[in-house]
Amino acid sequence: MTIATTTQLICFAVLASTVVLGALGVVLLPNIVYSAFLLGGVFLSVAGLYLLLNASFVAAAQVLVYVGAVNVLILFAIMLVNKREDLSAIPGLAVRRLLSGLVCGGLFALLLRVALTTPWALPGPLPVGEEATIRIGEHLFSDYLLPFELASVLLLMAMIGAIVLARRDVFSRDIATGEEVDQALIEKARTPLLLDKSAS
Amino acid sequence: MLSTTAPGTTPGLDAAAGLDLQASFETALQGLGLSAGAAHLLWLPLPMVLVLVAAVVGVLVNVWLERKISAAVQQRIGPEYAGALGVLQPIADGMKLVFKEDIIPARADGLLFTLGPVLVLIPVILSWLVVPFGQHLLISNVGVGIFLWISLSSIQPIGLLMSGYASNNKYSLLGGLRAAAQSISYEIPLALAVLAVVMMSNSLSTVDIVDQQTGAGILSWNIWRQPVGFVIFWICALAECERLPFDLPEAEEELVAGYQTEYSGMKFALFYLGSYINLVLSALLVSVLYLGGWGFPLPVEWLAGWLGQPVDAPVVQVITASVGIVMTVLKAYLLVFLAILLRWTTPRVRIDQLLDLGWKFLLPIALVNLLVTAGLKLAFPAFFGG
Repeated sequence: MTIATTTQLICFAVLASTVVLGALGVVLLPNIVYSAFLLGGVFLSVAGLYLLLNASFVAAAQVLVYVGAVNVLILFAIMLVNKREDLSAIPGLAVRRLLSGLVCGGLFALLLRVALTTPWALPGPLPVGEEATIRIGEHLFSDYLLPFELASVLLLMAMIGAIVLARRDVFSRDIATGEEVDQALIEKARTPLLLDKSAS
Repeated sequence: MLSTTAPGTTPGLDAAAGLDLQASFETALQGLGLSAGAAHLLWLPLPMVLVLVAAVVGVLVNVWLERKISAAVQQRIGPEYAGALGVLQPIADGMKLVFKEDIIPARADGLLFTLGPVLVLIPVILSWLVVPFGQHLLISNVGVGIFLWISLSSIQPIGLLMSGYASNNKYSLLGGLRAAAQSISYEIPLALAVLAVVMMSNSLSTVDIVDQQTGAGILSWNIWRQPVGFVIFWICALAECERLPFDLPEAEEELVAGYQTEYSGMKFALFYLGSYINLVLSALLVSVLYLGGWGFPLPVEWLAGWLGQPVDAPVVQVITASVGIVMTVLKAYLLVFLAILLRWTTPRVRIDQLLDLGWKFLLPIALVNLLVTAGLKLAFPAFFGG
């Protein structure tokens, strides 16, 4: 066994255990902020696994998209609405936990069976390494063009929805109660930071 | 990062490309009877330690420059008793931080409070992996090069949010949130500006990007072909480094010190180091992307030709490599000087102006720049990388 393969084996063991333990922490920890930070750790470890598979572009994209964008936005949302209040107890919590545990266990068993019964072609095709960017680009503009464009349309729809929700002049009444809602950002141009509530 | 040299490239064979210290070092060690793997293992830590030391020394120089230039701007003298012209002042500053008491606020989250500054510093230092000082003078010529820097710098806001949240202080939390919002907003035009350069050089590797700018000396630098991209990149880099006019996350009149409010001692020093290393790194990358990297304003090959020396002679190679390092550092520090001058002469923008500038101005301009670059590349493949 050469130095390179030993290093790879150690790295794989460390990364895989980080992914598994981190993912368990994301689900099981009661503090949602810890869960969100651990999710970032899991995404980073997955990027490390991609690196081990010689897919450096995918690894960098994973870090940029999942850690840099998705996870930061999750944290952002959690911290913006970070209210320290005790949630009321949900009725039948034990039954709910048991049910979700059963569903997760069943899914895990199913995936395990698929992984064990699939005839994996080992060793797989040679990694393309640095050529990967060119290969991904060719696929995106030929046989994966339609899914790629559809994904961008989906993102556009989400963006328009977010703008409609955020604009006060478009959407200033609560749908359910019909009351005026104050959706202004805390920091906004030309509006004082402390809104005068006594006038209304 | 784990895979070492790319298979298929024989180091040392492309002699015209310049000095290859790694190949020379490993051949010398193998001549002493070591195996190839052991020689490589001995080589690996050397460039890393060297770059780490260079980054920290760069910070010391930076702090001194900041103090002296700010003094000159405000018609003061600045530090002058610690060493000649006060050059030892940054070391005194650093020692002060080392000896300060390390305080964790009573109601703060100790674990996240400690982890935050570390998460801010590590991605910045890792990004030095792709900064080239010469054809072979970088830690690793990663294929995804500049993209690795962009993705690593996107980890930083997590550290800022973490320290802002863990401090249990409203100023810290607001500072962390502002930092994250600012970083996300300016990452997009930054990436688009880089994309235009990448399109011209047909590669993400920093070495290839510089190689594409050699040939006609100063005339072939990307700044002439990408003037708009240069300005966009520089503005976004300043915003990513949280330098004035974009230092809203730590705006002292509004937020005390933003996410750093509760920090002291070495934890504060980590933030301090991180921001200055990031500034030097950004300046280095501007010089790599737009100012020809290690290139001399006149091509070194011409100079060697006029002096009647072969380009691949050992002496010429050593001189070329030294000139390359000096040029890279010189360009970077010219940009650092510009950043410091901007910091002490411009007022801070408001948060809404900052976000307006990022989303309503820089982003459309960057998109148009990308489109125009693509059109020019198709129309004039000889000038814009075919």
